[in-house]
Amino acid sequence: MTAEFVIQLLAQGTQMFMVLLVAPLAVGVVRRVKALLMRRQGAPLLQGYRDLSKLLHKESVVADSASWLFRAAPSLIFALTWVAAALVPSFASGLMFNWAADVVALVALLGAARALLALAGMDVGTSFGGLGSSREMMIATLAEPAMMLIVLTLALAAGTTRLAGVADFFIAEPLAVRVSLALSLIALIIVALAENARIPVDNPTTHLELTMVHEAMILEYSGRHLALIEAASYLKLVLYLSLLICLFAPFGMAPATAGLGGWAIGLVAWVAKLLFGAALLGVWEVSIAKMRVFRLPNFVGVAFVFGFLAILLAFLSRGVVE
Amino acid sequence: MNEVYDISHLLAGVMLVTSFALLYQERIASVLNAFAAQSITLALAVAWAAWSQDRPDLFITALIALTLKGIIIPVALHRTVTRLGIHREVEKVVGVGIALMVGLALTGLAQALLMKVAHGPLSYASEQLALALAIILLGFLMMIVRRNAVTQVVGFMSMENGLILAATGARGMPLVVEVSVAFSVLIALFVFAVFVFRIRERFDTIDIEALDRMRGDRR
Repeated sequence: MTAEFVIQLLAQGTQMFMVLLVAPLAVGVVRRVKALLMRRQGAPLLQGYRDLSKLLHKESVVADSASWLFRAAPSLIFALTWVAAALVPSFASGLMFNWAADVVALVALLGAARALLALAGMDVGTSFGGLGSSREMMIATLAEPAMMLIVLTLALAAGTTRLAGVADFFIAEPLAVRVSLALSLIALIIVALAENARIPVDNPTTHLELTMVHEAMILEYSGRHLALIEAASYLKLVLYLSLLICLFAPFGMAPATAGLGGWAIGLVAWVAKLLFGAALLGVWEVSIAKMRVFRLPNFVGVAFVFGFLAILLAFLSRGVVE
Repeated sequence: MNEVYDISHLLAGVMLVTSFALLYQERIASVLNAFAAQSITLALAVAWAAWSQDRPDLFITALIALTLKGIIIPVALHRTVTRLGIHREVEKVVGVGIALMVGLALTGLAQALLMKVAHGPLSYASEQLALALAIILLGFLMMIVRRNAVTQVVGFMSMENGLILAATGARGMPLVVEVSVAFSVLIALFVFAVFVFRIRERFDTIDIEALDRMRGDRR
């Protein structure tokens, strides 16, 4: 019994540290793919780790007008995002804290982190920070309802909002054409792009541009504060990639009863799928241009429309008798 | 039976999505492409119904939908738009966001109506009817929210796509009716085209807002 318990605990711990460990690599893959497609040399794959360690060793400069919130926010944002990322089932579906991996809880954790970031952006009182915060909130008011609709669609199909339960359901389910799931996949991809400040919505590589959103909020941060916020944004990318993998491509994931062998296979499959997803993101980012800020509501609104249509179709086909 | 249902559901769902694309697109050229995509999907849906239900007469319907509405009408409209020199802009009465929200409400309405009528679980046919009804209502909405005569024509055609989809689900629609509907739509296109050019000649624009000022008391 106790040995079982220790193994379970270790597995859950592995998941927690794996997401943290893989996150900078995933971002490195995105940047590398983009650089290669633009025929640039590009930074090495491990640049993310180097950036973080450089920032951790630097002194952090805090503005005179900053309150305690400005100092506390990075740690809280990092903690909330890490918990959320560690809850998404990655390599196995039957882990110890899977009962907590509820999609609604996930949305709540991310929402709390976002609220803190927006407050911290406004805290110092620079115009850029306020601008970024207001835009972030505008995007969030559109992306969050869409996310909830997607969650409800999946919950209707699988009969649970627990991520592990949904993944188990889709592993067991025979492959079938489902319009509602396809629609919610597109909607979730749009939400993921918006939430991670990726290219049609926001440009992650820009630092001084009037249209930036995420970078505008964190403009005042430096040193270890910046390191924590950067790490949180890396984790968020991994979170959304894992979520897409877990919900729409869960093959290879170890079931609840699998032993160490199953876990190892699941781990390899997860990392491979994650890096593949990151490479796809790089290709996507190179192939399209950033949108005007005033067109964003339309773009993110599409996610809402698709989420809503997915729910309607799910209801419609649920009532159909064979 | 399950694959039959899955694929017809998929095609009808794609048609519904293209209806929303019609509402979402801002450029006339993209609207026409979305309409062509919808018509081609309709042709596929009808052909699938013909194959799976063993009703060869539906193949003719599919062929008409493909050639007439998938190719000829979009190409003709593309040419019209290029000749008019308006292939870049679309004007709307309401914004995209509101149009999409109203569209969602209409889709929900169509579904609620069918569920109410069906009394209990839906059959395949009535589910397809619900989607077809939603496409028809979205075509109406498109005609209401667009101010440009060409995109209003597209709204009308997309409504007709919904009607054909509904007719495919119902057994016993005679081919004669089908063919005559298809040709009346083609004739409607010619009438529309003539009107569009006349309107442009008279008012130098095809924004139908200009028609509001045309009153009998103008001397």
